[in-house]
Amino acid sequence: MLRIGPQTEITSFARKVEELCGEDAFKCIQCGKCSAGCPITPFMDLLPHQVMKLIQLSSEEKVLSSSTIWICASCETCTTRCPESIDIAKVMDTLRKLCLEQGRKPKEKEVYAFCTAFLNSVKKHGRLFEAGFMMEFNAATGKALKEMGESIPLGFHLWKRGKLGLFPSYVSDKKPIRKVFETAKRFMK
Amino acid sequence: MTYSEVVEVTGFVGNYEVKIRKKPRYVDMEKCTGCGTCIEKCPTKVPSEFEEGLGMRKAIYVPFAQAVPNVPVIDTEHCRKFTQDKCGVCQKVCPTGAIDYEQQEEIITRKVGAIVVATGYSLLDPSIYGEYGGGRFRNVITSLQLERMLESSGPTGGKVIKPSNGEVAKNVVFIQCVGSRDESKGIPYCSKICCMYTAKHTILIKDHQPETQCYVFYIDIRAGGKGYEEFVKAAQREAGAVYLRGRVSKLYEVGDKVIVEGIDSLSGEKVEIEADLVVLAVAIIPNPDAKELAKILGIPCDDYGFYTEAHPKLQPVESATRGVFIAGCCQFARDIPDSVASAGAAAAKVCNIFSQDELVVEPRIAHIDPEVCSGCFTCMEVCPFGAITEAEHEGRRVARVTETLCQGCGNCAATCRTGAATVMGFTDEQFYQQIEGLFGERRAEVA
Repeated sequence: MLRIGPQTEITSFARKVEELCGEDAFKCIQCGKCSAGCPITPFMDLLPHQVMKLIQLSSEEKVLSSSTIWICASCETCTTRCPESIDIAKVMDTLRKLCLEQGRKPKEKEVYAFCTAFLNSVKKHGRLFEAGFMMEFNAATGKALKEMGESIPLGFHLWKRGKLGLFPSYVSDKKPIRKVFETAKRFMK
Repeated sequence: MTYSEVVEVTGFVGNYEVKIRKKPRYVDMEKCTGCGTCIEKCPTKVPSEFEEGLGMRKAIYVPFAQAVPNVPVIDTEHCRKFTQDKCGVCQKVCPTGAIDYEQQEEIITRKVGAIVVATGYSLLDPSIYGEYGGGRFRNVITSLQLERMLESSGPTGGKVIKPSNGEVAKNVVFIQCVGSRDESKGIPYCSKICCMYTAKHTILIKDHQPETQCYVFYIDIRAGGKGYEEFVKAAQREAGAVYLRGRVSKLYEVGDKVIVEGIDSLSGEKVEIEADLVVLAVAIIPNPDAKELAKILGIPCDDYGFYTEAHPKLQPVESATRGVFIAGCCQFARDIPDSVASAGAAAAKVCNIFSQDELVVEPRIAHIDPEVCSGCFTCMEVCPFGAITEAEHEGRRVARVTETLCQGCGNCAATCRTGAATVMGFTDEQFYQQIEGLFGERRAEVA
């Protein structure tokens, strides 16, 4: 239930999102093309066009606690096809950022753990160290031993073909990588 | 001719005779200079119809400032002179002695060649909606009342206020389709103009008082027209009106607030708004006396009471009766550009008739053979166009077709007992021959 009283600033959330990413949610005409084309809607609790409408209605709580913003794979199909040229993938990104900034627990823990482990690995090595990344992800999601045991045959298979290193390799110059992370951090509160 | 109504129409295209009842306005139009002293001095105040009850007018009044002619009229229902035989101030103050309490109604007869009907429309009374307060909530108004509020020379001086206490309204909720598209209320059609005027209202409100937030509950936005879609988008983006897709289920009062129980079906969210003012976009309906006038004019109207055009695509401003044209909302709900276009088209059609010395009639019209006609006049009863009149033939009373009025429907030919009435080019004999031609051979086969 959305309650609108005399103090409600109905456009406040949309303005906040616009300030962060430059996309005006009020441009959305609710045609639903984003939801129609999105490949992963079966796993979402809100459809992309519903997210846009809820931004218009300042339903911050509902949007930021949804799984949709984390399930979004940023494939940008929605962005490419939007008749109003709204960068919906960018909006989803902004919503994830807002979710973390406000100290909320992401609805999709595994997605968050995956992204964090990926970024940590890149930050440390300048490139992805698959074995280390997998260990961190499994540790973070708490399915350590059993799942790891199950994935050993697959890991062995990949290692044999030289697809999976047991030891990390580093980029020669990590300075530019560090710069990327520093720049990104500036945008987070 | 204002303050008059048509009481009878006879004749046919090019030769209509119209009887007009000119109601007494109790002011001599010749003498009155429109100075307005009588209006100023009149002691009786009543709610103004033009201001939709939001403002007051006097018992002697001009309906609105730009009314033509600028001659006042006395409202005999409220004037003390007429109700109690007192007062008489207007007569005393009138510098030209134009007030005449003895004025009587006149019946004027005019000969006209063509008639353009442009009698307009009425609005649905929203009190039939019990769930919207049934007309009891003071802070629930119609769009036309809001229109008066937004007028800078109107009753609130351009301020959108809560009628209950006169405070400026901060949260305004618009409800679309009140009556329209509601089969349970007998109005299945779309009133066509509400989407656009509501968008206009949200833009004007933002302009007059930027602190006010507008919410619009709608079923569909129907913005088909030049620049219309862009206009609605401007209301949403620039004026910041929040559109919610869904019909409002109920309104109820808490203090001087109106609680709006609605839903936004796009997000699936139930919505409850504490509104200062609720504006209902009520349906456009025909005038209550539209059917009566249709009978006087001899033109057909649909079940609702909107006048029917001769052909929905090819003769949109012609009525079924030749020489009678329809323009504007008496035909159906339409906006200003469409009304102007239909009025222009009707006027051009009239000019078309008047520019010719002789009228060309359709060849397929009825003919009554006076030799055969028995003079029973059953045809007269079934003719929808009043095209059959009594005539004299060799000392007998017979029926005759007025050729300019007949539309060739064939009712008379089908009804005529003696076979005197036929539609030219469609005699019974011709029909039998055609049937014979089509099926004669086959009949032989079957045999």
